[in-house]
Amino acid sequence: MLPSELVSQLRSFLPLDAVLHEIEDLKPYECDGLSAYRQLPMVVVLPQSEDQIIKVLQLCYATKTPVVARGAGTGLSGGALPHEEGILLSLARLNKILEIDPLARTARVQPGVRNLAISEAVAPHGLYYAPDPSSQIACSIGGNVAENSGGVHCLKYGLTVHNILKLRVLTIAGECLEIGGDSLDSPGYDLLALMTGSEGMLGIVTEIIVKLLPSPEKAQLVMAAFDDMHKAGSAVANVIGAGIIPAGMEMMDKITIHAVEAFAHVGYDLDAAAILLCESDGTAEEVADEIERINEIMRKSGATKTTTSHDEAERLRYWAGRKAAFPAAGRVSPDYYCMDGTIPRKHLAEVLRGIDNLSQAYGLRCMNVFHAGDGNLHPLILYDANQPGELEKTEEFGAKILEMCIRAGGTITGEHGVGMEKINQMCSQFRSGELEMFHAIKAAFDPERLLNPGKAVPTLRRCAELGAMHVHQGKDKFPELPRF
Amino acid sequence: MLIDQFSASICAAAENKTPLQIFGGGTKNFYGNSLADQDHDSLNVTAYSGLIDYEPAELVVTARAGTRLAGLEAVLNKNGQMLAFEPPHFGRAATLGGCVASGLSGPRRASAGAVRDFVLGIRMLDGRGNDLRFGGQVMKNVAGYDVSRLMVGSMGTLGVLLEVSLKVLPLPPADLTLRMQLGEDKAIEKMNGWAGRPFPISATCYCDGELTVRLSGAESALRAAHAKIGGEEISDGKVFWKTVREQTHGFFQTNRPLWRLSINPTTPPLALPGEQLIEWNGALRWLINDRSVEADAIRATAKNAGGHATLFRRHQSCVSVFHPLDPNMMKLHRLLKQKFDPAGILNSGRLYPDL
Repeated sequence: MLPSELVSQLRSFLPLDAVLHEIEDLKPYECDGLSAYRQLPMVVVLPQSEDQIIKVLQLCYATKTPVVARGAGTGLSGGALPHEEGILLSLARLNKILEIDPLARTARVQPGVRNLAISEAVAPHGLYYAPDPSSQIACSIGGNVAENSGGVHCLKYGLTVHNILKLRVLTIAGECLEIGGDSLDSPGYDLLALMTGSEGMLGIVTEIIVKLLPSPEKAQLVMAAFDDMHKAGSAVANVIGAGIIPAGMEMMDKITIHAVEAFAHVGYDLDAAAILLCESDGTAEEVADEIERINEIMRKSGATKTTTSHDEAERLRYWAGRKAAFPAAGRVSPDYYCMDGTIPRKHLAEVLRGIDNLSQAYGLRCMNVFHAGDGNLHPLILYDANQPGELEKTEEFGAKILEMCIRAGGTITGEHGVGMEKINQMCSQFRSGELEMFHAIKAAFDPERLLNPGKAVPTLRRCAELGAMHVHQGKDKFPELPRF
Repeated sequence: MLIDQFSASICAAAENKTPLQIFGGGTKNFYGNSLADQDHDSLNVTAYSGLIDYEPAELVVTARAGTRLAGLEAVLNKNGQMLAFEPPHFGRAATLGGCVASGLSGPRRASAGAVRDFVLGIRMLDGRGNDLRFGGQVMKNVAGYDVSRLMVGSMGTLGVLLEVSLKVLPLPPADLTLRMQLGEDKAIEKMNGWAGRPFPISATCYCDGELTVRLSGAESALRAAHAKIGGEEISDGKVFWKTVREQTHGFFQTNRPLWRLSINPTTPPLALPGEQLIEWNGALRWLINDRSVEADAIRATAKNAGGHATLFRRHQSCVSVFHPLDPNMMKLHRLLKQKFDPAGILNSGRLYPDL
């Protein structure tokens, strides 16, 4: 269909300001948080209601027009990259919290609601929404569902898939599915799990019931410095081996410590080879008990120094340094590229050694920040895109890190999603049988492949043609957002 | 090799269009509909058993589907860990595969999560006999659709489970079981109120005018919570929770149909005749039907309460076990079944008549 025809049809049921097609209006939608990939859509629509979305989808279905859903556009894998012949469906105007049920501990929200806005709205009831991706001040809950977002607390509190009860989903044909319920389980297949993390490939989420948890009475943090990365890794295993599930457990290497200390001045030990931040939350009694044990384990694991936060201000200050890792990388290097592999923790030391070897071989520095509790690594490769050839070297370096994660029994993406960015690495992680099954699942929902086409699952042909692995560069479009 | 044998059985069944009944320990044979076709072959997967990988500090265990649940839990217990969803066994022969395929969770479910929340990865054979792996052995993994969790509770209709990786959790340092006399409406209100506060409650059960609450965590935290919650400590707490989990509790000793209503936890006492036992802070209501109530009426009550009703144990087979799906959802279920099992042979009819 011609763009002009599509626009006039869309305008028959959408207000004037909800259909954008001039180039200057399309421009803000040309990329998501991964700005290395840019593509103008044919049209952007900004519906305000489910009825309007149904009409948009029916039109797309009838005219075989691709449709790409977009929440806040903060994703880091190009999942919301527009399709040049398609509609970019922004869900930003569906931004209402529809209902809060404090006794049942749930909130019914529209997909465009910001993650943090949910916790803010339910705070008066002593409740919060647990998954806290680093972009939580900006990212939308609909986007969280699409990516199965985690956060620093997910070892203890789970990912998005563990914290939602129900979805209203529209199929590409505009039919409504009610998936899940007010209950803890549902009859039939677990489509709630299948939808979560499906990257906008299976349906459009129009409403979400999230679970809320009681806010912990208290949170306290132990900061431990180590003169050796290996000892820090063992300390993590020792904490968990002692039967403690910390609310958060983060590790930083030396280059990160120096970069963030220069940036955020939190008082980190600059002599340390690694710093561990280990948080306990719960009732006052639980926290007191756990913090004492954590301190002892850190000392026995060879910590050169341990510090316990005495109050909220101090706790938040120690976190601030960790959360400043990305902007700090931006300070010490013109460009950086964030990876998102997950590995079984026991392989941490060897993977870090491997990264260090690669760093020397490529002559590129790499900062390592690590969700230590759950094995999710975020190596930040520092480079300068203005130096000829450096971007290509960075791409290769990144690809080798992901290959290493797969070899260690891990995954190419822990929480950022495959999107456009890691589609080639999917060929390394899965064999053709699994990829075929992914395509079959997609076909059950969307036989014409109109929803977010070309993302998340590579065609078998693409994998066959892909001789060597190739990773593209990523640039953070939102340097002001914390990324951790 | 066993997997090749399983695969060959599936391929042969697919070719002959002979339904294949998958079974492990057979402890959950009572659960679900009878197979659509009486004339079927069987695939026994119990021989494919044993631990593959377990390192306590990784909080992950990987085992073959035929592994006995009791043996697996004993190994975890020895290392101070547990399957936090507290799965019912319903017999000594219960296997890991059956636990995942039935998707049933026990008393700790409301606080810790369900089977599906702890599944990290699976290896399976689909209806063509293809050997497939999804997910992995790491906590965070968003590569590809979540087929691992899709398999949980699918009652063997999508594939034959071969191996499962599960997240495990440390055993709590201490448990304390409290009991108090209370009216049903008051008990429902209390359980929900407590769940909204940071108490270390790991299970609740209301039956016969008594509310029983289990606290799990550090001793000091249990004492503090006890002071706020009240109730009398009971000495045989461990035994009590096992009887609830395994349905050996007196409530479940009946020949009448047992219904399982999974609903909004805040739903006031259900106006259905027959005895009830409540778990999961009110989100799970077991109902022993006195036969006077039609299945449709029970299902309508559950639906109005935001949930669904399962005929958990039955003694007549004319009623569908699982809550009917609405037409759009049913259509999607059929399409998915067709993708995983094109010949429609795997446990056909166990979940819904045409799946």
